[in-house]
Amino acid sequence: MNLKDELRGYVKPVAESVLAILIGAFIGALVLWFSGYSPFEAYYWLIRGSLTSVDGIAETLAKSAPLILTAITFAIGARTGLFNIGAEGTVYFGAMAAIIVTQYLQNPIAGLLAGLLIGALWALPAAVLKVYRGVHEVISTIMFNWIAFFIVSWLAVSVYYNPKDPNSTLPIPPSARLPLLVKNTSLSWAFIIAILAAVIIFIVMWHTKLGYELRTSGQNPRAAEYGGINPRRSAIWSFVIGGMTAGLAGAGIVMGTPPSYAITQGLANVYGYGFDGIGVALVGRNHPLGIIFSGILFGALSAGATAMQQHAHVPLEMIKVIEGIIIIAVAVPGLIDLFARLFRRGGA
Amino acid sequence: MNESMIISLLLGSLAAMVPIALTSIGAVISERAGVVNIGYEGILMFSAFFGAMFAELAGNGWVGLLGGALVGLLFGALHGFLTVYLKGDHVIPGIGLNLLGYGAVAFGIRAYWGTAGQHQVPNNAQISPLWMDAFGNALSPMVPITIAIAVIAWWVLFKTPFGLRIRAVGENPEAADALGINVELYRFTAVLIASALAGVAGAYLSVDWLGTVTKQIAAGRGFIALANMVFSGWNPLIALGGAFLFGFFDNLAIYIQNNPWLAGTIPWQFIATLPYVVTLIVVAGIIGRARPPKWDGRPYKRE
Repeated sequence: MNLKDELRGYVKPVAESVLAILIGAFIGALVLWFSGYSPFEAYYWLIRGSLTSVDGIAETLAKSAPLILTAITFAIGARTGLFNIGAEGTVYFGAMAAIIVTQYLQNPIAGLLAGLLIGALWALPAAVLKVYRGVHEVISTIMFNWIAFFIVSWLAVSVYYNPKDPNSTLPIPPSARLPLLVKNTSLSWAFIIAILAAVIIFIVMWHTKLGYELRTSGQNPRAAEYGGINPRRSAIWSFVIGGMTAGLAGAGIVMGTPPSYAITQGLANVYGYGFDGIGVALVGRNHPLGIIFSGILFGALSAGATAMQQHAHVPLEMIKVIEGIIIIAVAVPGLIDLFARLFRRGGA
Repeated sequence: MNESMIISLLLGSLAAMVPIALTSIGAVISERAGVVNIGYEGILMFSAFFGAMFAELAGNGWVGLLGGALVGLLFGALHGFLTVYLKGDHVIPGIGLNLLGYGAVAFGIRAYWGTAGQHQVPNNAQISPLWMDAFGNALSPMVPITIAIAVIAWWVLFKTPFGLRIRAVGENPEAADALGINVELYRFTAVLIASALAGVAGAYLSVDWLGTVTKQIAAGRGFIALANMVFSGWNPLIALGGAFLFGFFDNLAIYIQNNPWLAGTIPWQFIATLPYVVTLIVVAGIIGRARPPKWDGRPYKRE
């Protein structure tokens, strides 16, 4: 395949994602209008809060870091023919593991490794159930998400609680925190780590034998098997690598987000990244480089939501509505062709 | 454990059974026809919100349940259009629906009632219980209705020509098509029935059982219903039994949380994981015996 063909292969998916985003924004505007808010005011503050100042951009990038990582979890699953939606629970465990380990080893590398390791371990039961018992991963990973929620809640409330602050766990000790990239913002090394992880996953998936085996298993499991690829091995690797990135996401949140550097009550500050990551992956077309862009977009929505709530008085959950519509639009098969046909008919 | 505790646990389990049973029965019908939908969590959220809104406007809980069914139908039509007619992926729209439901309810509570995260449904908009004792233990009319729906669904699915066709389009759409069965119409109808049942389940949460709308009102029940569907081997009657089991564990956790002696011995969070752990064990154990319909989740395109 020459470069021109390769580029052409990228144009359509990118165009479809952009169209899905526009549809999300448009229907979102209608919902706002029907609910009695000004869509213009809401979107003005959404953009102003996320993209027009150094602080806003820093906040956008900071929010995007865990999203990029959890999106990779889903994307690797999708590329290998699996719907792994277990990133959510893995994030809780990654965050908790980083807190626990850094209490003893006060070093950022130890915290990150703890997140990676617990992510890989927590992914194994779902992988084993899938490969050896045929349990569908949508069911098992959702069940494991809830189990993780309750176990980590218990650890947070009853074991590693902060005696000085009943609303959070023990914080990451200062020497194990990830350095900030921009002073007085939340943008830390966690962002750099997320980008590096995306690039590494890109290299692994498209330029190594393991990646080739994983992708072939996803595209055509039977052909993969004839070609000497063990689909069970591929499925287990897919879960384990996905678990590692989600675990890293959790560790990055607590190690790189001031001021608390801890898990807050009800797991509030680590909740939702796994589910949002699915949307990021779908808009990024399950490609690590696409995910970097869609991760930053979703990060901007999340960062701008606060300003939108403060100044336009629109509840920040509006963002989730827009994200949901974007995903449903992404799911419309041949969206761009459908639109082109409508447009042509309308124009003629 | 004395008699009144047993009654309270039993009634509590029945109340918790209803939403999971209704959603699972719907999911069984939809998947028997070959359409996977993992968006029930989102449908539960939407119908809990709109069900309460309709019930309050009408001053009648039953209107709320009907409104919930209509909202369910609407999303079923969307899912059916994307999957059955446009031959799209079955899982992705469900993911979108769940995210949309989560956001829309939290947004709606603030936008419509002006409160953050929670809204109490007034008594006149709730369903009155069939029976109630002095301790506040109640039996909702939705319990016998749900049992009846399970029996009817089983009967229709396995004893009527309509049910045979539903199963045929999920098992072997090519053969069904050759026999002149409109595959797309039967699939679409099954999706509509399923999402209407989930809609009733969602409205039941807000206008009957819980009497409130909260921003996380579905609390994973849409997904538990899917697990329960697998557990049931795609059979509405077994799904009813499975839903009762979930209801029981759900209540046991609340019971332990409220019992000072037990709460000091076992962390309640461990009990709360039980329904999910049991699901995994059961699903892992029965797989191999139960298998999904052959064309479950696969779009059918006429050659």
